[in-house]
Amino acid sequence: MTPDATDLAILRLLAGDANLSAAEVGREIGLTQPAAWRRIKRLTDAGVIAGRRVVVDAAALGFGVTVFLGIRLAAKGRTSLEEFERAVTAIPEVQTVQHVLGQFDYRLRIHARDIADFERILRRRIMTLPGVGQVEANVMLSEERRPGPL
Amino acid sequence: MPDATDRRILRQLLADPQIGNAELALRAGVTPASLWRRLERLRESGVIRATETRIDWRKLGYEVQVSLRFTLDKTEPRAFDDFMTAARRVPEVTEIQTFLGSVDLRLSVIARDMAHWQQIYRESILTLPHVSDSDALMLVSTIKDVQELPL
Repeated sequence: MTPDATDLAILRLLAGDANLSAAEVGREIGLTQPAAWRRIKRLTDAGVIAGRRVVVDAAALGFGVTVFLGIRLAAKGRTSLEEFERAVTAIPEVQTVQHVLGQFDYRLRIHARDIADFERILRRRIMTLPGVGQVEANVMLSEERRPGPL
Repeated sequence: MPDATDRRILRQLLADPQIGNAELALRAGVTPASLWRRLERLRESGVIRATETRIDWRKLGYEVQVSLRFTLDKTEPRAFDDFMTAARRVPEVTEIQTFLGSVDLRLSVIARDMAHWQQIYRESILTLPHVSDSDALMLVSTIKDVQELPL
């Protein structure tokens, strides 16, 4: 869909706080509650509003280490990709798996309790994945999400 | 510190962020009043930082997503600050992470198509300051993307 300026203003507000009511959104941008509600519904029906993301302080919950991994497969072929994907998505510490083009074939986001825990995950879970070749690990220090082109 | 009940609530909430409060209370085995108090406390103490709306950029016409990885010139003491200030000014940047490792910084960048990507790359990315090396990973598909933690 092609959103207009009002739609973008609504997305900007909701991107930062998904719990805002239609009335609160309307008040911010000068729409009545029903008008704001209709626009939010249209954005949701079109799939632009795809859901919610609950952002937690992982460190406060005992997960002090976030690591981004780049993985290159040693052998490539359709079955090896499927086998690798099935196995890697089953690892509970792996939050994100993306198939990419470039220096690596996959990029992963992993949460661990500490560096020792990460080493355990890397050795027991990642290095034992079917077809895994070169692995590069970068420990995340800080993260910032931007609103994007809204 | 979150206790076992808080963890139960968070486990359910992270597994299904769309869940309503009544259903969440049921699944976590607490009363609605107790759930409300606990969520309030988790927000105030910053354990729950935010509840954001996930935007599907493809539905807005952004078909290209690139993970850009940078190594910075560390002889320049202001390298990180200058780079991040400049990166924040690029509207198509959706994530900025800093790292300890062979990569210093990562940007997630979206574009409408390859022509738009090329334009962003030339005008906004190649002009970022203090870069000594960079590489790009182009997203083919997202296989898994969850917020769940093995709590």
